[in-house]
Amino acid sequence: MGFWEGVRRSAPLYLLMLPSIIIFLLFTYYPMYGIVIAFKDFTPAEGILGSPWAGWKYFQQFFNSYQFWPTIRNTLVISFYTILVTFPLPIVLALLCNQMKALKFKKFFQVSTYLPHFISTVVMCGMIILFLSPSTGIIARLVGLLGFKLPNLMGTASAFPSVYVWTEAWQHVGWDSILYIATLSAVDPTLYEAATVDGANKWHKVIHVDLPALLPTATIMFIMRMGSVMSVGFEKVYLLQNTLNSSTSEILSTYVYKMGLISNQYSLSAAIGLFNNVINLVLLVAVNQIAKKLSDTSLV
Amino acid sequence: MSREKEITRRTKIRKSKEDKIFDFFLYLIASLLILITLYPMYFIVIASVSNPTAVSNGELFLIPQGINFKAYKELAGYAKLWTGYRNTILYVIAGTIITLVVNVPTAYALSRRKLYGKKLFTFFYLVPMFFTGGLIPTYLTVSKLGLLDTFWVMVVPFSVVTYYIIVGRTFFNNSIPEELWEAAQLDGCGYIGFFFRIVLPLSKAIIAVVALWAAVGQWNSYFNALIYVRSESLQPLQIILRNILISNQTISAMTTGAAAVEAKQMADLIKYAVIVVSSAPIMCMYPFVQKYFNQGVMLGSLKG
Repeated sequence: MGFWEGVRRSAPLYLLMLPSIIIFLLFTYYPMYGIVIAFKDFTPAEGILGSPWAGWKYFQQFFNSYQFWPTIRNTLVISFYTILVTFPLPIVLALLCNQMKALKFKKFFQVSTYLPHFISTVVMCGMIILFLSPSTGIIARLVGLLGFKLPNLMGTASAFPSVYVWTEAWQHVGWDSILYIATLSAVDPTLYEAATVDGANKWHKVIHVDLPALLPTATIMFIMRMGSVMSVGFEKVYLLQNTLNSSTSEILSTYVYKMGLISNQYSLSAAIGLFNNVINLVLLVAVNQIAKKLSDTSLV
Repeated sequence: MSREKEITRRTKIRKSKEDKIFDFFLYLIASLLILITLYPMYFIVIASVSNPTAVSNGELFLIPQGINFKAYKELAGYAKLWTGYRNTILYVIAGTIITLVVNVPTAYALSRRKLYGKKLFTFFYLVPMFFTGGLIPTYLTVSKLGLLDTFWVMVVPFSVVTYYIIVGRTFFNNSIPEELWEAAQLDGCGYIGFFFRIVLPLSKAIIAVVALWAAVGQWNSYFNALIYVRSESLQPLQIILRNILISNQTISAMTTGAAAVEAKQMADLIKYAVIVVSSAPIMCMYPFVQKYFNQGVMLGSLKG
């Protein structure tokens, strides 16, 4: 089949794809070309083409700035801490859920643990600030009942990663367990029967039947998660930031935003963004290769 | 006693001691988790209808104190909130429709075996999952196209989502048999006719899944508005919420002296109420559409 014949036959399909192609070209591919401003002294007046070249100036400026190591460190601390907590918990939750034989209770358990996932980031951060207030917050009250005094966690830099991570767990662990629950529900019931015949109790079944059944899915999820260690989401961190905790809460994405859109240092901000993007790309590709090797599951 | 009951009774007797301990801890831990999950949300609801002084003095734990709806009355008169609400509803409707129109046909096209240049197109849609222009170049592009501070910037530029396309393609691959297309072709049906007359009516599940993802995402998003929208008249609900919840913007006139304490307490109460007002629609809708979300998670995990 020749080129034109192939194109002619697929023309109706191209028509169906046209809107997404145009939008992607304009808003996703064209900005990729805009990355060159990271290597230029960009000013909006001169435009992307007209601005003079600056070479690696802005990358050097970032690497040499006193903000470089803290932002990298904060990004990595928050990221690894998040993985450490929010990766295993959904698995534990799924194992619990799978053992529940009281169906109504199980259903209620699932619906209530999924629910916080639908709270918006803004509302979530509002809740965190209200609840953690040392004078009026409900958490301070409850801790007070136990005889402790809650410090001002939002104003304590060292507490920021924990506040971020554990609230993240509260909000998303239930939702993230769906995939594991579904994997467990597909386990062949005869395996459990065989285990019972062999004298296994429930705990044995969790360890020797359920856990191995989750292993392949969990491995893939873990590897994929490692691919995004350098991309901590902007929204929640930005909303929880204040002047008191900025030494642990300034991460790459919030720094890019502040440099670029608040201080209008377009080229510097684009350079930092590109730096982050390249690391992400390398990680993702590496991770995808590993996933491919380990199983037939991969992103592409 | 019926046979089934007899069987249950016997298995119950056979339940070992270890299993009883196991079950005890299982339900104990699960109950604690439910409590930890639901209590904060419950607290917000009761705080929003309680006496502001009782809330800030920490007298509130389980039962609402001095029920009143002052905070809600205050909110009812706060025009900015309702503008935000209206804007968000418009963004949700427009955004969901555009997301469907843009992604579903693309997913279908990519699922056709005989699509000419399939590899190239797949590559085209996958690249942005790995590499993007980043914030500043994207901002400059949106600005250059004159879309800054418009309605459309909220619903068009970021409506193509590779993940939706992959999930959709998987769905079409698995649920529209090739024989159906061959039969339709014999009847003189082309790709487009087949898509609209046969594929779409069979694809309610995937349409529902993508629509829900898009709608919830749009309802909860604030990043795009933060970056691309300036005018107050275009701000979505989440930006108004941020102003009230995070930036402590007061909604009634500031007062001094003894009234100031009261005003501060009222401001906190309004925060609880505004959380309820803004989250109620999603929370109430969710149990009814839960099954679609679960389906979506499953579709997303299949390989297409």
